[in-house]
Amino acid sequence: MRREPAGDVGRAKEMDETVSEFFRRTILKIPMTEMMTILKTWNVLSENQLQTVNFRQRKEPLVQDLVLLCEVTVSFRDAEENAVWIRIAWGTQYRKPNQYKPAYVVYYSQTPYAFTSSSQLKSNLPLLGQALTIASKHHQIVKMDLRSRYLDSLKAIVFKQYNQTFETHNSTTPLQERSLGLDINMDSRIIHENKIEKERVQRVTQEIFGDYPQPRLEFAQYKLETKFKSDLNGGILAEREEPLRCLVKFSSPHLLEALKSLAPAGIADAPLSPLLTCIPNKGMNYFKIRDK
Amino acid sequence: MSVLRPLDKLPGLNTATILLVGTEDALLQQLADAMLKEDCTSELKVHLAKSLPLPSNVNRPRIDLIVFVVNLHSKHSLRYVEESLHHVDATFFLGKVSFLATGAGRESHCSIHRNTVVKLARTYRSPLLFCDLEIGDFRATMAQRLVRMVQICAGHVPSVSALNLLSLLQSSENPSLEDL
Repeated sequence: MRREPAGDVGRAKEMDETVSEFFRRTILKIPMTEMMTILKTWNVLSENQLQTVNFRQRKEPLVQDLVLLCEVTVSFRDAEENAVWIRIAWGTQYRKPNQYKPAYVVYYSQTPYAFTSSSQLKSNLPLLGQALTIASKHHQIVKMDLRSRYLDSLKAIVFKQYNQTFETHNSTTPLQERSLGLDINMDSRIIHENKIEKERVQRVTQEIFGDYPQPRLEFAQYKLETKFKSDLNGGILAEREEPLRCLVKFSSPHLLEALKSLAPAGIADAPLSPLLTCIPNKGMNYFKIRDK
Repeated sequence: MSVLRPLDKLPGLNTATILLVGTEDALLQQLADAMLKEDCTSELKVHLAKSLPLPSNVNRPRIDLIVFVVNLHSKHSLRYVEESLHHVDATFFLGKVSFLATGAGRESHCSIHRNTVVKLARTYRSPLLFCDLEIGDFRATMAQRLVRMVQICAGHVPSVSALNLLSLLQSSENPSLEDL
């Protein structure tokens, strides 16, 4: 894939019907009052191009004019430093590119990482991988088992930027007062018998998860193919030789923060299983576990 | 002292002490706050513990009532309660122990069957109370009951003893199969 210079998009001699229809529908959704702002923000058309368009027209003819100026199938944009945003509409020899189900890729040129959106057409993934590999002059591309809806969190995990402690104004208060918020207004008639244990749990949790906000993930999935282990002697599954296949999936609006709060809330013992706590470190949230 | 005994200490003057045992600290704390809000002629003290045995070498008042709090959503909480029961002397179970099950209102979240706690309470011959501690009003009502119970167990209510209360609470249950 040839990379176009920033702000420009490639042009076709003839506008493809499906593409133009897609573009037309997209622009029609924009209210007229916001049209100029949005077009400027998109930065798809240059100042000169925008000046040639009469924005006082009614919406339909305006959209026609805009469509004539653009083309969309594979496009690139330099949104931020060192990041290339790529939009791809997939088609085949027999079918035109489907503009309504594009895939998006962000490639960070200074790093060996690219992030893709989940495309409807999974069969295109190897093609995409090949294209990225060649374009970025690498030998091989490997799919990581790390998925999330939050690009910033994925970046934080992959670039190891998540463990920066915030310098807040109350960072000097001792750990106990800060995290055991309930204790601050505590009645002296209430006595916590297991204070030492609570402090230990806080300490262990902080050692593992740190003081910083966790990157945001929604799932952790564990595919187990292990032999069944039981404390009880006997039982139907105890003598089974073949590994048991099962899937354990944790879901949460903010999985890592939820895991971090389990032990302090008394719902689980500290320290948590390393299978859960290794997620940001290993950069994985989809695991396959087999007996060694 | 690894085992809790009900009469190993002298009572404090006009003091009634309740021990809440449960893994979910936030729930216990809220229940304790609700209890202390109640008007009570006795001096109330609330001790919170995740499990027994309690740390030794600590100066604590005589405990008049132990309430074991089980969250029906969490097998973890049941396990800790079951283990803690081994550290309570048998004489405590003469009206000075009660079980409290929370979370029954959200059936879909329950991983412990109601019958499990019913059997547990029956095994230890102690009353079982149900209350969704997360709901403010229910919690306040339960707090009132517990305050009254601990006052009785501390001997502050004339002509009602912990044992009286126990037989009062149990006679309202259907007789179990073993009792028949």
